[in-house]
Amino acid sequence: MATLDSKIPKGPLKDKWTTYKDTINLVNPANKRNIDIIVVGTGLAGGSASATLAELGYNVKAFAYQDSPRRAHSIAAQGGINAAKNYQGDGDSFYRLFYDTVKGGDYRSREANVYRLAEVSANIIDQCVAQGVPFARDYGGLLDNRSFGGVLVSRTFYAKGQTGQQLLLGAYSAMNRQIARGKIEMFNRHEMLDVVKVDGKARGIIARNLITGELERHSAHAVVIATGGYGNVYFLSTNAMGSNATAAWKIHKKGAFFANPCYTQIHPTCIPRSGDYQSKLTLMSESLRNDGRIWVPKKMEDVMAIREGRKKPTDLSEDERDYYLERRYPAFGNLVPRDVASRAAKERCDAGYGVNATGEAVYLDFKSAIERYGREQAKLHHISNPSEKEVYDLGKGIVEAKYGNLFQMYEKIVDENPYETPMMIYPATHYTMGGVWVDYNLMTTVDGLYCIGEANFSDHGANRLGASALMQGLADGYFVLPYTIGDYLANDIRTGKIPTDTKEFDEVEKEVKDRLDFFINNKGKHSVDYYHKKLGKIMWDKVGMARNAKGLTEAMAEIKALREDFWKNVKVTGALNEMNPELEKAGRVADFLELGELFAKDALMREESCGGHFREESTELDGLQKGEAKRNDKDFAFVAAWEYKGEPADAVLHKEELEFKDIELKQRSYK
Amino acid sequence: MNLTLKIWRQKDSKSKGQMVDYKVTDISEHMSFLEMMDVLNEQLINTGEEPVAFDHDCREGICGMCSMYINGEAHGPDRGVTTCQLHMRMFNDGDTIYIEPFRAKAFPVIKDLVVDRTSFERIQQAGAFISVNTSGNTQDANAIPISKHDADEAMDAAACIGCGACVASCKNSSAMLFVGAKVSQYALLPQGKIEATDRVLNMVAQMDAEGFGNCTNTGACEIECPKGISLENIARMNREYLKASF
Ligand SMILES: Cc1cc2nc3c(=O)[nH]c(=O)nc-3n(C[C@H](O)[C@H](O)[C@H](O)COP(=O)(O)OP(=O)(O)OC[C@H]3O[C@@H](n4cnc5c(N)ncnc54)[C@H](O)[C@@H]3O)c2cc1C
Ligand code: SF4
Ligand code: FES
Repeated sequence: MATLDSKIPKGPLKDKWTTYKDTINLVNPANKRNIDIIVVGTGLAGGSASATLAELGYNVKAFAYQDSPRRAHSIAAQGGINAAKNYQGDGDSFYRLFYDTVKGGDYRSREANVYRLAEVSANIIDQCVAQGVPFARDYGGLLDNRSFGGVLVSRTFYAKGQTGQQLLLGAYSAMNRQIARGKIEMFNRHEMLDVVKVDGKARGIIARNLITGELERHSAHAVVIATGGYGNVYFLSTNAMGSNATAAWKIHKKGAFFANPCYTQIHPTCIPRSGDYQSKLTLMSESLRNDGRIWVPKKMEDVMAIREGRKKPTDLSEDERDYYLERRYPAFGNLVPRDVASRAAKERCDAGYGVNATGEAVYLDFKSAIERYGREQAKLHHISNPSEKEVYDLGKGIVEAKYGNLFQMYEKIVDENPYETPMMIYPATHYTMGGVWVDYNLMTTVDGLYCIGEANFSDHGANRLGASALMQGLADGYFVLPYTIGDYLANDIRTGKIPTDTKEFDEVEKEVKDRLDFFINNKGKHSVDYYHKKLGKIMWDKVGMARNAKGLTEAMAEIKALREDFWKNVKVTGALNEMNPELEKAGRVADFLELGELFAKDALMREESCGGHFREESTELDGLQKGEAKRNDKDFAFVAAWEYKGEPADAVLHKEELEFKDIELKQRSYK
Repeated sequence: MNLTLKIWRQKDSKSKGQMVDYKVTDISEHMSFLEMMDVLNEQLINTGEEPVAFDHDCREGICGMCSMYINGEAHGPDRGVTTCQLHMRMFNDGDTIYIEPFRAKAFPVIKDLVVDRTSFERIQQAGAFISVNTSGNTQDANAIPISKHDADEAMDAAACIGCGACVASCKNSSAMLFVGAKVSQYALLPQGKIEATDRVLNMVAQMDAEGFGNCTNTGACEIECPKGISLENIARMNREYLKASF
């Protein structure tokens, strides 16, 4: 049985990574040519890893289900990427980024990993600029920054509202260079359906060519999973439609522990749901909270008047509005971290103050920002006594320059002009902090099997601060994995090619094929989406923003029953050996139906509130923090790593106790 | 809304395709076009027919997957949007909507509305990168100051999502807007200047080899581009090409 050894290097926190790099095994460049690495996923994590491993001289085979690496879901990230550069001279440092991340994660992440992340963060920006990523610049030609929820310095680098896209294009261009050199073999429109182990080590994968439907065997000396998060377990989320847990779940079934599945981030600034047909939710970048103020009406009669269209939000005067974040959290105001902002919105909407037809929306208002910027601009342009219209136009110009594309996107979707009337927002599932358990080397509990980016559990603890996922994905891919994997592969220089015509490959391919055959031949009565939507509803209602023991127990039973029904009654159209999007979905939903149950089980076990996991039974009952989440460090300062034992309900818990030597565990207060 | 859809169905790249009529009812004007397609597909599955295959992923207008030709326009009648951002409020009750794949020699149909755009990949592999080592031994980012104006313009060019609408809208199936955007991003930045000559020559050569047509300055690409990539990028590419050819 696999055991948990986090392999954190000894020595002072600040020196761990440097000492580690100085002492690990290296692979001679000539030997790298004889070593193959499979990288599944080409988002920021997989793309940067593929490019760097190829650059180092390994032979890389990269896989993605889209038609191009450039379309990985990382492309959707809008807001920015953090790095402790202290370009603004506002007191940022590695230690502060480390501190903010550990605190933001509610003290449920591994100190050594987070410190390393903070350390390499500065390098990421240098790397990306060298690749031609067009980050925003100030008039002096230097890089510009903005700030994000949960921190007090300006350390976020951005490229308009398209930071993820530009960073991904940077990694993709580095990949293209290696593809052209023949060092990366790219498999577009290929989905990994299982991992193959030989003598306990990951030695290959079974992938389905999504155009021809053929199953393919690919071998390598090590396998890297970089397949992103599992937020789509909720059906509705801000994730791309194809985002899935399949690779992570399949390796879990083959021995990789799955950590903290219940840590999910609900993002506060999404466009509210409008109807049952909805297929996904759209995120509005959190950077909007830098300038937007969040409120609901103070009086219920105004809420009613607005819902019924008798009043407009702009009709309410300042004192008729409840800026509830500023009221509850004066120190951070609208910039509290995501979990806090999301729960506060839910609290107001649950109390009946939601401002749209479904009662699930609050306002994000730019009026005072437009006014503030307008007055500033008027001064700068030496306009004395500017008219209201002049102030508005000048201010609007600034807001447009900062957030124009987001405003446009909102207007396209909602059909309302957000400069004139406040935006409506509501929280939505966004990011999963849980994932495959990895040690300091980013290796899972299976030898030679690595997991990077959102797919692993590391670095963000129970909550992720804005602009930190991109940072982690690129840190893993460009700067961490290329070192740590070398240490492992140094033992493989004499192994030679791994054959694929072996019984290990035969067996796994057969498992995969049987499953696909089942779907095609099961002439059931309900579509795959029918099940996915049902699962999503159970997850959102009982395993969503707030959870309690009763709901979680029910959820586990309901998911199990739904899964059983799925395996009896699912209907998949089309054939095996062709492009078949329904078949692809069926496999993904089957995995979500198992993961969902483990998710609920993990949440049930964790009888404390922390970060993205809010257990209603664990709430502060009095004092300044009344109503806020109550963490329990004495009993729960551990990573929950689950070992697969058949049914998700039978999974066995392993605890990685978290040690905090450099940070004092404190109540996370944003008051 | 009740609508009649005329959709291109084609089993695979080798089969012949044809337009097939479908009806959908109770479509809300708040739905996105792809949500309307989901409704149709759910209906087809329930009657045991094969749903219509179409490419999509992010549904936020950024991944560039959702390639569809709607009523004779790439991504449909709205301006500056992808198909996933197109809303049913753009249509009227009783409308007949024609839905076809992007058609271009360099974009062969894979199935129904799904086309193969890997020709774009090969063009980029021919030089759309800066040859910098990814090992992290790069100089401090602020050691390469870039004027705000240049950075902004490079950003505008880099906003291309590689959707291929420009190719689909062009009567010559030219990929000049896409390639122009790529070339421009690098041409505007100080990094990678040393490779500028090879970059543009190799990318243009690959573009021609893939079977894309030539640009005759019709400008349909710019009009249909969901990201507002401007024709100036084509002009810049031509200048870069001329410079490189001498
Ligand atoms: C709307 C949105 C906005 C965001 N904004 C920000 C932000 O401003 N700042 C920030 O730091 N973070 C942001 N995030 C989070 C961040 O974008 C993601 O966490 C991060 O990009 C994940 O990167 P990744 O490389 O781990 O995975 P992804 O980019 O999701 O890549 C997954 C890859 O795996 C492939 N894949 C998946 N399954 C398989 C399989 N079975 N077989 C083969 N290939 C497979 C896919 O094809 C893809 O290439 C945002 C997220 C969302 C949803
Ligand atoms: S230039 Fe515009 S239309 Fe062409 S691929 Fe890029 S985004 Fe699409
Ligand atoms: S689905 Fe991504 S752009 Fe439309």
